Amino acid sequence: MVATLQSIPLNAYILLSSVIFSIGVIGVLVRRNAIVIFMSVELMLNAVNLLLTAFSVYLGDASGQVFVFFIMALAAAEVAIGLAIIVMIYRNTNSIDINVLNRLKW
Amino acid sequence: MNTFYFIAFLSVFFSILVITAKNPVHSILYLILTFFTFTIHYILLNAQFLAIVNFIVYMGAILVLFLYTLMLMNLNKESEQPKSNLIKIAAVIGGGCFLVTIVASLRALGASSPVVLKDPGLGLVKNLGKTLFNEYLLPFEVSSVLLLSAMVGAVLLATKDPKTT
Repeated sequence: MVATLQSIPLNAYILLSSVIFSIGVIGVLVRRNAIVIFMSVELMLNAVNLLLTAFSVYLGDASGQVFVFFIMALAAAEVAIGLAIIVMIYRNTNSIDINVLNRLKW
Repeated sequence: MNTFYFIAFLSVFFSILVITAKNPVHSILYLILTFFTFTIHYILLNAQFLAIVNFIVYMGAILVLFLYTLMLMNLNKESEQPKSNLIKIAAVIGGGCFLVTIVASLRALGASSPVVLKDPGLGLVKNLGKTLFNEYLLPFEVSSVLLLSAMVGAVLLATKDPKTT
C-alpha cells in the first residue's frame, strides 16, 4: 500500500492545483452563463481540496483531510443554495445570463 | 510516477474543456470527468476516505443536482452570447498573472522534497474518524446545522411563487 504512493515532488501538486485554480478563475471571468460560472467555482474548491490532501500526506497530519471533508459538506450546502437562487432568478427574468442581472448595480 | 503525470494532464485537459465547451450540458459532463480524475489523485495519495466521499458526494450528488437543474430549466441549448475578445484576452492574462504569482511564491518556499507517506493508515476511515470525533467534534455538529439551514433555505427559495409576492 505504501508503494502505491510514488515519490512525486510536492511542487508537482502545487503546480497542478494552481493551474486548475487559475482555470477556474479564468472560467469565472470568461463565461456568461451563471451555471457554468458556478461550476468554475466548484473547480476552484476542488483544486484547494487536492492541495490540502497533498500537504496532509506530506506532513503526516490527518487534520488536512478532515478539513477537506468539511469543505465538501460546505460545497454541498453552497450548491443547494446557489442553484435555488439561480432557479429563482430564472423564474423572474427568464434568463441566467449574468449581464441581465445588473440590477444590483446603481 | 508516470501515472500521476498522466492523470494530472487529464485533469488539466478536462478542466480546460469545462470552461470552453459551448453547451452547458457538455460542460457538466466534462466536470464529472475532471472530478473522476481528482478521485484517482486521492487514491494515489492513499486518501481512501476522501476518494470515496469525492466519488459519492461530488460526482454522485452535486453534479447530478447541476444536471437536474439544467435539464429542468430547459437550458441545454447553446444560447450563450460570447463575451468580446478583449474581455477574453484580459481574463486569460489575469488568470495567467494569478498563476505565475501563486507558483512563484510557493516555489520560493523551496518545498521540493517528494511526498512520501509516513503513516500508511493516514487516510483510512478509522484514523480519520478518530481525528474527526475527537478534535473536530464541535465543527462536525455545527456542519449538520449548516446542512439543515441550507436545506431549509433551498426549499424556501425554490418554492417561492413570484406571482403571489
